[in-house]
Amino acid sequence: MKDNIQKVLLLGSGALKIGEAGEFDYSGSQALKALKEEGIETILINPNIATVQTSEGVADKIYFLPVTPFFVEKVIQKEKPQGIMLAFGGQTALNCGVELYRSGILEKYNLEVLGTPVQAIMDTEDRELFVEKLDEINVHTIKSYACENIETARKAAKKLGYPVIIRAAYALGGLGSGFCDNEEELNKIAEKAFSFSPQVLVEKSLKGWKEIEYEVVRDNYDNCITVCNMENFDPLGIHTGESVVIAPSQTLTNAEYHKLRALSIKIVRHIGIVGECNVQYAFDPYSEDYRVIEVNARLSRSSALASKATGYPLAFVAAKLGLGYGLFELKNSVTKTTSAFFEPALDYVVCKIPRWDLGKFHGVDRELGSSMKSVGEVMAIGRTFEEAIQKGIRMVGLGLHGFVGNKELKIADIEGSLSAPTDKRILVIEKAFFDGMSVDRIHELTKIDKWFLYKLEHIFKINKDLKACRTINNLDNELLKTAKIYGFTDFQIARALGMEADVDMEKAVLVVRERRKQAGIVPYVKQIDTLAAEYPAQTNYLYLSYSAVAHDVQFENDHRSVVVLGSGAYRIGSSVEFDWCGVQALNTIRRNGYRSVMINYNPETVSTDYDMCDRLYFDELTFERVMDILDLENPYGVVVSTGGQIPQNLAMRMDQQNIPILGTQAKYIDNAEDREKFSAMLGRIGVDQPEWSALTTLEDIRKFIDKVGFPVLVRPSYVLSGAAMNVCSNDEELERFLKLAANVSKKHPVVVSKFLLHAKEVEMDAVAKDGEIFAYAISEHVEFAGVHSGDATIQFPPQKLYVETVRRIKRISRQIAHELHISGPFNIQFLAKENDIKVIECNLRASRSFPFVSKVLKINLIELATRVMLGLPVEKLNKNLFDLDYVGVKASQFSFNRLQNADPVLGVDMVSTGEVGCIGEDSRTALLKSMLSVGLRIPKNSVLLSTGNGLQKADMLTASQLLAQRGYTIYATKGTNQYLTENGIKNTRVYWPTEEGTPQVIDLLREKKIDMVVNIPHDLSSREITNGYRVRRTAIDLNIPLLTNARLASSFIHAFATVDIDDLDIKSWDEY
Amino acid sequence: MRSITLVLSDGTKFHGKSFGYEKPVAGEVVFNTAMMGYPESLTDPSYAGQLMTLTFPLVGNYGIPPFTVEEKGIATFMESDRIHASAIIVSDYSEKYSHWNAKENLADWLKREEVPGICGVDTRQLTKVLREHGVMMGKIIFDDEPANIPEAEYEGINYVAKVSCKEVIHYNRGAGKKVVLVDCGVKNNILRCLLDRGVELIRVPWNYDFNNMDFDGLFLANGPGDPDTCVETVKNIQKFLANPKVRPCMGICMGNQLLSKAAGASIYKLKYGHRSHNQPVRMVGSNQCFITSQNHGYAVDSTTLPSDWESLFVNMNDGSNEGVKHKKNPWFSAQFHPEACSGPLDTEFLFDKFVELL
Repeated sequence: MKDNIQKVLLLGSGALKIGEAGEFDYSGSQALKALKEEGIETILINPNIATVQTSEGVADKIYFLPVTPFFVEKVIQKEKPQGIMLAFGGQTALNCGVELYRSGILEKYNLEVLGTPVQAIMDTEDRELFVEKLDEINVHTIKSYACENIETARKAAKKLGYPVIIRAAYALGGLGSGFCDNEEELNKIAEKAFSFSPQVLVEKSLKGWKEIEYEVVRDNYDNCITVCNMENFDPLGIHTGESVVIAPSQTLTNAEYHKLRALSIKIVRHIGIVGECNVQYAFDPYSEDYRVIEVNARLSRSSALASKATGYPLAFVAAKLGLGYGLFELKNSVTKTTSAFFEPALDYVVCKIPRWDLGKFHGVDRELGSSMKSVGEVMAIGRTFEEAIQKGIRMVGLGLHGFVGNKELKIADIEGSLSAPTDKRILVIEKAFFDGMSVDRIHELTKIDKWFLYKLEHIFKINKDLKACRTINNLDNELLKTAKIYGFTDFQIARALGMEADVDMEKAVLVVRERRKQAGIVPYVKQIDTLAAEYPAQTNYLYLSYSAVAHDVQFENDHRSVVVLGSGAYRIGSSVEFDWCGVQALNTIRRNGYRSVMINYNPETVSTDYDMCDRLYFDELTFERVMDILDLENPYGVVVSTGGQIPQNLAMRMDQQNIPILGTQAKYIDNAEDREKFSAMLGRIGVDQPEWSALTTLEDIRKFIDKVGFPVLVRPSYVLSGAAMNVCSNDEELERFLKLAANVSKKHPVVVSKFLLHAKEVEMDAVAKDGEIFAYAISEHVEFAGVHSGDATIQFPPQKLYVETVRRIKRISRQIAHELHISGPFNIQFLAKENDIKVIECNLRASRSFPFVSKVLKINLIELATRVMLGLPVEKLNKNLFDLDYVGVKASQFSFNRLQNADPVLGVDMVSTGEVGCIGEDSRTALLKSMLSVGLRIPKNSVLLSTGNGLQKADMLTASQLLAQRGYTIYATKGTNQYLTENGIKNTRVYWPTEEGTPQVIDLLREKKIDMVVNIPHDLSSREITNGYRVRRTAIDLNIPLLTNARLASSFIHAFATVDIDDLDIKSWDEY
Repeated sequence: MRSITLVLSDGTKFHGKSFGYEKPVAGEVVFNTAMMGYPESLTDPSYAGQLMTLTFPLVGNYGIPPFTVEEKGIATFMESDRIHASAIIVSDYSEKYSHWNAKENLADWLKREEVPGICGVDTRQLTKVLREHGVMMGKIIFDDEPANIPEAEYEGINYVAKVSCKEVIHYNRGAGKKVVLVDCGVKNNILRCLLDRGVELIRVPWNYDFNNMDFDGLFLANGPGDPDTCVETVKNIQKFLANPKVRPCMGICMGNQLLSKAAGASIYKLKYGHRSHNQPVRMVGSNQCFITSQNHGYAVDSTTLPSDWESLFVNMNDGSNEGVKHKKNPWFSAQFHPEACSGPLDTEFLFDKFVELL
């Protein structure tokens, strides 16, 4: 080990975004753990306040600051570390590191890069250097031309012959890339790519080839291993982040596997990686021909997946190697006896499936391609491929029961849908089998390897056999067992047997369950031990399978297990914050002498790191699987309040099976979840709420609106994707919206509620014990109500609430806590207008703001809540909100740049993919740090204002004046121009695309003459292709900062116009 | 598919289905943790007399390549001219396969070569039983023919004699340096690795006294079973080592054990052997480590090596011997398989070393 290193700076990856998500919390946490073990002082820069790595005790000093050269240099100046680690914070950290190196900052502060040297990073990041480098050792790459302008791009494409793929250099997971079949498409895509990067690559497309990846580790002594290889279910052409991925590869022969493995090692040695890296190949399905697609000289999404798939802690080992260790000096962390220099042997197969939330976005392109759109992923483990993929399909959490047994999907053109895949692709394959299409034909259309299709066909056939039984009495044990081995749930079996017709499905499922338990058909618990049982391992990393005859572990039956249900796939609305909550619960359980047990299946999380708990079940969170595990664990209790909505939804059914639920009891959870019951309760205790009604006909809706008036919030009660909620301001909008949602609202009533304009939204996060509040945090939205609380900018402590408002909120919260006998965490959302307070929502679980308020308050609310749930003594919190002499601001990260054609506008439905939380001495500094952390830039010269309706224009007046005073050139569209001019603010009129005249807005944007766009949509509902949409979308596509909310835009402008960025306080968390 | 039962000598039973040739069979039950390479493993002569359990559950995915033979008389894709394992035991057999180079499925091949294959077995649990108890003899019995019980012995049987070539075979006649290869059950890829390096190869039967032949180097190949049964081979190697004309020698697997025995070391049987693609070895006295492919049940006791010999490689998991070398003379060997096939190619450079020494 290097002995000159006592203090190390580690760069995090910032907010979760498409292409860069929770995997880097996991990687960074592991690296910090590895450093800590060596007694090294660790400094972490990461504004993502909801992560585990930014929790107390993980790093010695934590800076909630943007991961940009400017801020990183300030921290270096202050902390004077000897080493810096760039490989654990995704592309954000890597790019920042390269910039620090290029600008000489690393040299200036004599900072050693630990791990892969920056030159090697640049050799892999710059395509031209990369190709040259691999040419030196005769390794084939994809023939590619680096172009600095569109003309050379056209020439290159002509030379290569269409189809070609365009990529932007130095970009996150395929950002700004795409396939072009002709010059017209090239023009479009290349322009976008150039907006992200000065260099664009034109390459021959190898659509249809297999995509294979290897995770390689190399130490300072040139020892190399490949920890895992992975095969994409989808052929090349679909981004690996968008593809189902299988590990280990299933269709490669020994010769192919080892040829690519040996090549990976050769490449990694030649480039000079120290630590971990990922090599991606395109592999010809008809020969052993290959191309290296890319090398990622850092921990990646794939490496996180490989770690979970094998049990080999890649990030932990990579950090140690960065300190100069040899692989042979480290131990296998699973067996603890064998060496870390080995390659895991798996005796199971894992299947990763992406989770998309495209339904949340208006206008988005649903076709899968070379850039990533998924927001999360799941990993399923099985001992048959069928078991793994069926588990995985369920885990994704979109209401699917597996490959078969789902509600019928209506697809007009199956062949077309197969050849132009969307997020529904796996379902389309099932539909194709249903229509009698052959494996050969499906293969022709999809280029998915036939082996995968045969396996899917096998599932389809078993389902057919089950259906042929017609009743459970005809089902023999052999078929029942076969179905279970190949991943069928009791639900799928019950459905195939047609039991739905006679009994409620919840009952049918229990009938099947009882029947198979009687026949001794139960799943067994298997270990992931890295060596396929060759050596004994005390590993607690577990999964369940029916392809088994014995358990690998013994159950104590001592009633000391506490099972925490995890939060599943990251999705819009539920992500790393619940991982943090889960981990805090596990820590508390463990510290208090209970056995901590986690059930979760998200490979991007820290809660699925096997050393975070005493037993990890990497398995489904379905009722069936949770009950399987609880049958074996016979726990002291189950925690359902730290994993978001999935565990909450299981509470009632578990309660009916007499499972001890810790904390707030299931019936009260139901009382809060059920709108009618909750509303009745509020009425009973005299708490106000926006008027609402559940209605079934348009006529009733009209009557209701006549009473309360527009605008109204309309939500069909049966919502699959979440897209069906909307605000309607007039009759026309209402009718249009209901038409769109009609097919979901026929059976289920539509809930219409009065929508309050210009109301403040306030959140109460609290912990109660036996109905009495023990700790709370009240925070305030910057935006007015109408922006989903997950998208809103939140300040804590509140800065602009009346004392009376706070008092009322506290009183109401106490009443609700008492009424619902809350024991544990809960969250209430309020609307406040003047001092009029209404309750909009109440969740008897931790909310997404728990890590934020916990960290700003410096009180771990989940620890407190877990102690309450365990029945341990707790003390009431004495800290007063007004004691804090600093402010925390939580801002949202949007990933619109990834989502082609999606309208980048905020509304009642959540669309952000991540968040940051920064602390400052006042709200302006905290806001500025947060906004810069989510990728906004302070404009240099010019701002475009297009500020919506009259009220919104007025909201923006002071900010506009400030801009003018600070010498910004203001461009304004028609109405705004008039308004500003009337108010004596100098501005230049610009023209909408539909208007005659120059300058045209879009031209100015393209010419990079506008540094920031403020575009406030006129009303909340209209989604058609409007001028506004075109401007917003162009800004996103050209990577120009965009603000669409008047309140937030004003606050941001106010902050950067009155605070000098050089004066921002650079303080670590503990210094506040 | 007919139901079968695998009965281990300690009485443990596993139930499964037959997908290969339908005959009861007995043999030594061993496990292999490699995740691919079933055609290579099945044709590896070192598996003679053994029921090969694969811990990776999905088998048969990419089918079986054609059994074509190259001009030198070596099978293109296989490690010998037939299946040597007595049976294959898997968890989930894939009848349907997909690969451009596949000609048939695993079941058809097993049937043609009259080798039983069973599936539906929890091979992880079976492996754990073998790990705890050590390798055991086992029988595969068809449930509808319970009386038909096969018998077999493993220890003490000279499997080398069964799988070795019966007469001298020449390859690359006149190509260059002459290498005598003692065939104790050689894998084809050892032949390929040597021939690709331009040597003339004289492949001799296991008990053939090559000492009077004209050659530049000696190669001791892999082979199945107990090295103590190869008394004649050891004698021939001792003669070679005693020859005042010192010529290079390299051994692999059984070759490592025979060379060590010839040098005076003793051999012991491992509890459950090394059969996998992920065995880490370290070159003694260096920081160089390699991932190796292995298939052996016996090992050299390095403490019994005479003073002019030393360990060349050591297993990083259990510290067992992975190769020996003479302190002065160009004689060395590896317990693992540098020729891989199946397995990682990290140590193929040993062939270069050997050929350079000629």
